[in-house]
Amino acid sequence: MKEQADPMAAEMPRAVARRTPSPYRWRRATNAIMTGLCALMVAIAVVPLISILYLVISRGIGSLSLTFFTHLPAPVGETGGGIGNALVGTLYIVGLACFIGLPFGIGAGVFLAERGDGKLGHAVRFTAEVLSGVPSVIIGVVAYGLVVMPMHRFSAIAGAVALGILMVPTLARSTEEMVRLVPRSLREASLALGVPAWKTSLFVVLRTSLGGLVNAALLSVARAAGETAPLLFTALNNQYWNFRPDQPTASLTVQIYNYAISPYEDWHQKAWGAALCLLLLVGLLSLTARALAGRRQTGPA
Amino acid sequence: MTAARPKLEVEKLNAWFGTTRALKDISLGVQARSVLAIIGPSGCGKSTFVRCLNRMHELTPGARSEGTVLLDGEDLFSGGMDPVRLRRRVGMVFQRPNVFPTMSIRENVLAGLKLNGVRGDYETIVQKTLQQTALWDEVKDRLGESGMRLSGGQQQRLCIARALAVEPEVLLMDEPASALDPIATAKVEELIDELKEHYTIVIVTHNMQQAIRVSEYTAFFYMGELIEYGTTKKIFTHPERRQTEDYVTGKFG
Amino acid sequence: MEKAHHTSREFERELRTLRDRLLSMAGRAEQQIARALESISNRDDELAATVIAEDVKIDQDELEIDEQAFLILARRQPVASDLRFLMLALKIVTDLERIGDLAVNIAKRERDLKRYAPAPASRRIELLGQKVLTALQQTLDAFVAEDADAAEQVIANDTEIDALNMHLIADVISDENQSAQDVARSLALSSVSRYLERIGDHTTNIAEMIIYYVRGRDVRHHGPPRKAQ
Repeated sequence: MKEQADPMAAEMPRAVARRTPSPYRWRRATNAIMTGLCALMVAIAVVPLISILYLVISRGIGSLSLTFFTHLPAPVGETGGGIGNALVGTLYIVGLACFIGLPFGIGAGVFLAERGDGKLGHAVRFTAEVLSGVPSVIIGVVAYGLVVMPMHRFSAIAGAVALGILMVPTLARSTEEMVRLVPRSLREASLALGVPAWKTSLFVVLRTSLGGLVNAALLSVARAAGETAPLLFTALNNQYWNFRPDQPTASLTVQIYNYAISPYEDWHQKAWGAALCLLLLVGLLSLTARALAGRRQTGPA
Repeated sequence: MTAARPKLEVEKLNAWFGTTRALKDISLGVQARSVLAIIGPSGCGKSTFVRCLNRMHELTPGARSEGTVLLDGEDLFSGGMDPVRLRRRVGMVFQRPNVFPTMSIRENVLAGLKLNGVRGDYETIVQKTLQQTALWDEVKDRLGESGMRLSGGQQQRLCIARALAVEPEVLLMDEPASALDPIATAKVEELIDELKEHYTIVIVTHNMQQAIRVSEYTAFFYMGELIEYGTTKKIFTHPERRQTEDYVTGKFG
Repeated sequence: MEKAHHTSREFERELRTLRDRLLSMAGRAEQQIARALESISNRDDELAATVIAEDVKIDQDELEIDEQAFLILARRQPVASDLRFLMLALKIVTDLERIGDLAVNIAKRERDLKRYAPAPASRRIELLGQKVLTALQQTLDAFVAEDADAAEQVIANDTEIDALNMHLIADVISDENQSAQDVARSLALSSVSRYLERIGDHTTNIAEMIIYYVRGRDVRHHGPPRKAQ
């Protein structure tokens, strides 16, 4: 340690930084470049999202009205009318799909988490992974063969089956993850109290991971609500209100498709409105999922 | 010492994890309404032994056990003994408190009863068990709150209350105080002192002083074998085996 | 026999220090007795004075050992043989200190006895003194060797010491032809004899504690020692 202060020492760093290319300077420059690049990437990624939102909102907002939400579509050539039946139809079909998709999806997930280490578990997991990669239109074709053909008609239930099948793989994987997060000690505590294994799985493990499960379920429902291809040849479409499961039913996605490919400007307008409607619906579901996840304890503290 | 039949009789108990033998021919008796301390270095088989007593050992994949364990003369490993029912008679408290996080304090205490569909005067049971574990005064005004809001020591006492609510005959405690601070530990030990009037207790501990304080009998395990079993006084004043002497005086382990 | 060591070397050192101090205190007590007896035999005033002065060191030893034992108890919470050793240390320290005091008492009698001609009983006092000293030496050897049988032997031999003492006193005080001087001398001699006998008793106490330490069985107040299993 030098006793005397070197008057030059304080000046050195600044002078050096300014005049001589030191490694420090290069590092700072590289850091700045990389940060800039990252920001650019983020912008590129966000731009489509923002542009979609902007486009849909700006073009669709004009169509929104009480009539729009509550009226049936007007006959060809006439103006007016709304997408009431499509909106309700989506809710109806997706609702039915939940009855199929949620139990199987969550059930499979619980099975994989609790007993998924054997051969059957591996097989199920593999199947789920493959299924999640299958294009949704293929799922629609499968549902066509399974439901539409025997019934000799298009129906809401066929659409629900298609969407339900779609929900299962991702829901199963998410459920498995959430349930695996529950620590073994909680399971053991329950078993040590003399609670049978199945009750432990249901009332302790599942209850603990409930928050995460609700989150996963809402997200898979949101995804199903936005599907078009599977509904094209299962639920088809309907110009009128329908609450019977064995009849073709209108849905937002199919309606948007039909309106968009039509030659009528009015219908194009309605398509934008419907798109905005769908966006709001899906957005609402996602935000609810997020809000619930934030509030509840999804797993052990 | 009474000549009455021991509450638990273990004869040639062996246990394996896959092909590794964890327990070798363990034989001992646990007197009713007494405290047996199990001591020994890490990995000696203490926890494995205790987990065999309520058949939790076999829940680990690949684990199995053989031998005879009699509870009041009934063989725990016989075909007719339902492990689930057994665990209502032989309760267990673990090393780390494992309060059910999504349940309130009240629901935690009653979990063993409600999940098994056992009816009863729930409010009285909650009060009684929480009083037994000296928790009542601290939580009586907030029974509806989540169990996770309690301190570590309180959580452990809540776990003990939960185990007691099922009214077991035997209570197994696997290092129940090792995760607690000294005052909480003292409270748990005091609790054990009171509990032994009604329950038979087997406590695994690596704390020698704790074994001396709470137990009447001590069993020393080493490498899966029972080296010595006797009254606590004997084991800690003049044990018979050299290994026991060396372990308790801190010459190994 | 290969002995295992405590995992804590500090603890091991503390126990060894305690043991060394005990042995040194015992050695001092031994020395005090020997010198006191020698001072009487040789009528050595200076030696007697030395014995009286040195007693303060034994008292010092007692305080140090007590403190050391106390610290070990507080710090280490010993169990089994370590605990028994602590008990041994605390108990025999008292006995050794008393032995020291008794040696001083014997030395004090030297001045009294010096005035008189040696009595016939003086030989017997010397003999008794030898036996008592031997007993103490044997006890200390038993302690070092952790030999409970040797300690039992010492306890058995104490009856002989008691008998010698009783006979000596009986003879001395029942002697008819005694002048006033004789009586004074007899009183001094019987005092020394009694002191020696009490040293023998304390030695027996130490031996009993050694048996307790080695075997883990308390044999105090149980009468004549039983054979080991």
